[in-house]
Amino acid sequence: MSYLFNTPDEQQLMLDRIGVNSLDVLLDQIPKELQLQRPLQLPLPLTEIELEQQLRRLASQNFGAGNRRCFMGGGAYDHYIPSVVDEITSRGEFYTAYTPYQAEASQGTLQAFFEFQSMIAELTGMDVANSSLYEGGSGVAEAVLMAIRCTGRSGRVVILGSVNPQYTETLNTYLTNKSTEIVVAPTLDGTLDPEQLAQLVNEQTACVVVQQPNVFGCLEDVEALEKLTHQAGALLIVSFDPLSIGILKRPGDWGADIAVAEGQSLGTPLQFGGPFLGILSCRQQFVRKMPGRLIGQTVDREGKRCFFLNLQAREQHIRRAGAMSNICTNQGLMALRATVYLSLLGPMGLKEVAELSCRKAHYAADRLSQVPSCELAYQKPFFKEFVLKYEKGAETAIQRAAKANIDIGPALNCLPGLDWITDSDRDQCLLIAVTESRTKAEIDQLAEALAN
Amino acid sequence: MPVEQLKYSTTHEWVALDGDTATVGITDFAVHLLSDLVFAELPPSGKIITKGQPFGEVESVKAVSDLYAPLSGVIIEFNERLTEHRAADGTPVAAQLDLLTSSPFDAGWLVKVRIANPAEMDTLMNRQQYLAHCQSSE
Repeated sequence: MSYLFNTPDEQQLMLDRIGVNSLDVLLDQIPKELQLQRPLQLPLPLTEIELEQQLRRLASQNFGAGNRRCFMGGGAYDHYIPSVVDEITSRGEFYTAYTPYQAEASQGTLQAFFEFQSMIAELTGMDVANSSLYEGGSGVAEAVLMAIRCTGRSGRVVILGSVNPQYTETLNTYLTNKSTEIVVAPTLDGTLDPEQLAQLVNEQTACVVVQQPNVFGCLEDVEALEKLTHQAGALLIVSFDPLSIGILKRPGDWGADIAVAEGQSLGTPLQFGGPFLGILSCRQQFVRKMPGRLIGQTVDREGKRCFFLNLQAREQHIRRAGAMSNICTNQGLMALRATVYLSLLGPMGLKEVAELSCRKAHYAADRLSQVPSCELAYQKPFFKEFVLKYEKGAETAIQRAAKANIDIGPALNCLPGLDWITDSDRDQCLLIAVTESRTKAEIDQLAEALAN
Repeated sequence: MPVEQLKYSTTHEWVALDGDTATVGITDFAVHLLSDLVFAELPPSGKIITKGQPFGEVESVKAVSDLYAPLSGVIIEFNERLTEHRAADGTPVAAQLDLLTSSPFDAGWLVKVRIANPAEMDTLMNRQQYLAHCQSSE
């Protein structure tokens, strides 16, 4: 960030420009009793040397994926981020969090988002993708609102208990003031028995929300769930892990109508909970019900390729109260990171990351299963994440690993709304995720830490 | 039906009544205001519509506007030519939104409605009243 001067001379210049004599006159409209009548009690100024030393001292107290070993799961993952991602996205021309307000004046940004949309459409096997939403949770919630608009059904929404409970919470918030009933289908064995779904969908059901791989890491029988969903005339929303597509079927191949994802693993670091990246794509027939910014490609009057905001007449800055959603922007910087990351990896790179993560996760699951107080909670195929049941409690496991500079979890009792899992299971179970960044030695260290 | 015999709503829909079937469209005045229409969303047959409530949408390059039902009733047909559809032999046919510009009172009709309450016809304007309404809103 650039240093912005604020000397008395500059203050006076600014005051002169707006025709005000002093700061006191400028602040006149704030009642005197609300104004602070003394200077702020701040430490004395530091020299550059002192300041840099102090900031380094403070920074060295930070602990995170950078200086510990991260096996944490639950929706955010420590995947490797190639240096090129930072190099390109930190260029001044690109460095903004939003779609610009004078969108068409920023052709480079629009082109990047157009590439993003094209890659997401290819990745999901869907016809069209928007230029991103805030994060995975708002992706699920917006997809559900979209399904209600597409089907004209607002009576019921069925969401699997194995969808990330934080997304379900976001959905609850979005639907607070609507009469739509949210039915959570418990997934007692780690995945949903499709026959159970048949009992839950009715002619008022707008959609069924499935996560693949689910929050426990397990793979759902999406094929069977898709049949039942469409038989009931509802739409299928699939929340997916973008990197799993390296080895798993795409949501479009499963027959999804809308595909959403948390895109953090595509080049965005773990950073105290965000900002993350919401991905949303759908079939062509639903494009006019899709929320958010959509970049199109056209030609200018000289016949040259150019980019523009497409189908925006339905959005809030034009249609106000009648808009598709309250989203007026996209998650620009994170979408750009994902674009650079995906173009760098390509289909082969994506496959390698997925295979490495998957193999290492399976080695970890085998290795941990041999530790006396450990067992896998679910006997289901999984991708890169699994639920570990620790006899002495999930908290104990987290503390023991932490002593070895390893982070695992979260414990299932930290996730909201999993009350259909027994108390003892929630206290004993936690998530372990293994990315391509973890090594065999680190996995062995984790096993040893939990064995003690 | 000649425009003089049509009935009009304040929201610029016209109505041609034949027995209990009303054909509904939007006026040339409305089409001119909307300009450059790109998409129409019309209700399927069987859909119940209520006077004064939105029953569909028309989208122009600059804006999406609701279509308001001039009368209550049940949709019995919508103008397929205004929407993307398939011909009898299965070939896709593009929406012909230019019909709204070239023939708003005839080929560009929107929906046919079996009306629920004939008395609602009396709440609509005649041609003269409608032209005065347009003038005052310009």
